[in-house]
Amino acid sequence: MTLNNVWIVAETDSNGVTASSLELATKARSLATTVHAVTWSTNAESVAAELGGYGISVLHQVAIGDALPGAPVAQALAGLLSSDNCDLILVATTYDGRDIAGRLSARLNQSILTNTIDIAVNDGAIVATNAVFGGTLLVASEFTASGPHIVAVRPKSFAAEPAETAVSCRVEQLTVDLATKPASATITSRHVEERTGPKLDEARVVVSGGRGLGQSESYEMIEKLATALSGAPGASRAIVDAGWVPYAYQVGQTGKTVKPDVYIACGISGATQHLVGMKSAKTIIAINKDKDAPIFAVADLGIVGDVHKVLPKLLELLQSRV
Amino acid sequence: MHIVVCVKLIPDPAIPSALDPTTHRLVRSAKTLLDEADSFGVEQALQLVEAAGQGSVTVVTMAASDEGIQTALAMGADKAIVVTDDALANSDALSTAKVLAAAIKRQEVDLVIAATESTDGYAGVMPQQLAELLDLPSITFAKQVAVEAGVVSVQRQTESGFDDVTCPLPALVTVTAGVVEPRYPSFKGIMAAKSKPREVLSLADLGLATTDVGGASGQRIASVTPAQSRASGTVIEDDGSAPQQIVDFLTQLKVI
Repeated sequence: MTLNNVWIVAETDSNGVTASSLELATKARSLATTVHAVTWSTNAESVAAELGGYGISVLHQVAIGDALPGAPVAQALAGLLSSDNCDLILVATTYDGRDIAGRLSARLNQSILTNTIDIAVNDGAIVATNAVFGGTLLVASEFTASGPHIVAVRPKSFAAEPAETAVSCRVEQLTVDLATKPASATITSRHVEERTGPKLDEARVVVSGGRGLGQSESYEMIEKLATALSGAPGASRAIVDAGWVPYAYQVGQTGKTVKPDVYIACGISGATQHLVGMKSAKTIIAINKDKDAPIFAVADLGIVGDVHKVLPKLLELLQSRV
Repeated sequence: MHIVVCVKLIPDPAIPSALDPTTHRLVRSAKTLLDEADSFGVEQALQLVEAAGQGSVTVVTMAASDEGIQTALAMGADKAIVVTDDALANSDALSTAKVLAAAIKRQEVDLVIAATESTDGYAGVMPQQLAELLDLPSITFAKQVAVEAGVVSVQRQTESGFDDVTCPLPALVTVTAGVVEPRYPSFKGIMAAKSKPREVLSLADLGLATTDVGGASGQRIASVTPAQSRASGTVIEDDGSAPQQIVDFLTQLKVI
C-alpha cells in the first residue's frame, strides 16, 4: 500500500539540488502517488526542472531573504501540510534540515523519527528504521497518532535515481510573514572553505584523521594519502573541534555522511558519533594504537599500530609505484 | 544576562549500552553523569555571564535523578532545575522539549543554550523544538558565540564552511564541542556546588498533563533486530609490514 501525498524538503547549493534531497525525492516517489517539495532557493524554475526529473509534481517556493531557514520555512510549511492532507514529510539530517524538522514538529505537535536509514509503509503505517549502538541494532519505529508525520533521514540512506519518466513540476509561491514570532535569525555573511580534489561525500576513497594523529601538523599525512589515492581527506569531530581542520571536513552525526568504496580511518577510535557517518563504506581500513578501539569492530583491515610509523611508510610505497 | 543551559544526564558512554528485549527501553547503568557535550554549553554560558559582568547561569534537565548535575554546578552554574517524574519514561524529543520549555518559562531568560545533540540519544532536534515552543529565534551549530548590545552573533557551522548569523535576544543557541574549552571544576567549585540550589519539579509542578508526554508521545518501537554485521575483518599488529599489507589490500580492491 502506498501513501497519497508525501513532501520533501529540497535543499540546494551552488550545484543545484543537493544529493541528499535527490535521495529523498527518489524514496518519496516510491512511497506515494504525489510528491511535493519545498525550496527557499531564489531560483525555483531550475530547481523545479531538476526535481521534475525525479518525479516531483509541485514545488513550493518560499522567499526568506537572508533569514536562517529553520524558523520561516517551518512556519510556511506548517499550515499548508495540514490543509494539504500530507501523510509524510521527509527531511535530510543536515544543518538546515534538522532546524526545519525540529521546529515543524513542535508547530504541528507531531512526534518526529530521526536518524532514519530506511522507510517502509506496512498496511498504511509508516515504519522508519534507525541504527543504534554503532550500527549493531536496527530499531523500527512507528507513529501512534495521525499525520502529517515527520521523518528525518540520514544522507546516503537511499540511492538518488531519476524517474523513468520526468514529470512537469509546477512552481507555487508559499508565503511566510517574517515579521511574526518567532523571529528569524539573519545570515550576515557566508564563508566557504575552499578545498581541492573530489568532494568529501562523493569521493570513492576517503582518508580521515583523528585525535591519534597527536598534533595538527600530522594532518598533512592524511591530505597526502588522500591525494595519492585520488580521494578526499576527512576528520573526526575531535580534531575539527580542536581547530586542526575546517568544519567542512567533519565526518559523523554532526558533519558529513560518507559512503565511499574505501574509508581509511587513521588514529580514530570510532565513537558512535563518527561511526554513524562512515560505517556504510564498502571497505574500511583502520589504523589505531589501541587494539580495543571500537573502529576495529567495523574494519575489514585493522592495523594495530602507530599512524606516525605506518603512514609515512605507506606514502613512500604508494609514491614509489608508477 | 540570565542564561539557561539545557543539559542531559546520561549513562557512562564508556559502558556498553543495551536495549531491554521486551520493553525496548535503554538499560541504563546505575550511575549517570553530565553529558560531555553539555560541558561546552555550561562553559559558554559562564564565559558570556563573566563578559557581561553580571547575570546568572541556570542548568535545566529532565532526568530520573539529579546524579551528575553537580558537575555543572561545580563548574560554576548558579542553580539547577531537575524535572523528574515517573510519567516521563519513554519520552520522545518533543516531550522533552515540552517539559524543558515549561521549566524555562518559569524564569527570566535572555539566552537558552543547548548542545547540538546528546551523546546517547542523538536525535538532534530537541533544541529546535524547544525554540519553537518558547517562541524564540535560534541559531544552531555555533562554533563561536558573542553577545553585545542585546544581539547574539554566532559563527554557524555549514556543509561548506560557516556563516555569520545574528539575532536579537532572547534567543536559543546550540553549541558544538569546539565552541569553548570547558574548565575542570576546581576544589572550591566542587565544595561550593554542595550548597547551591537544586529545584526538583514534577509534571504537576509544571502544569503539564501526563497525556502530553512520556509513553503517550506519538511514537513507539515496532521491532528491534540485530543489524547484518559486517563480515569480520582481519586485525593485525603492525610489525613493520602493515604499510605493504595496506598496499596489497588497496591493489586487491583495485583502488591503485
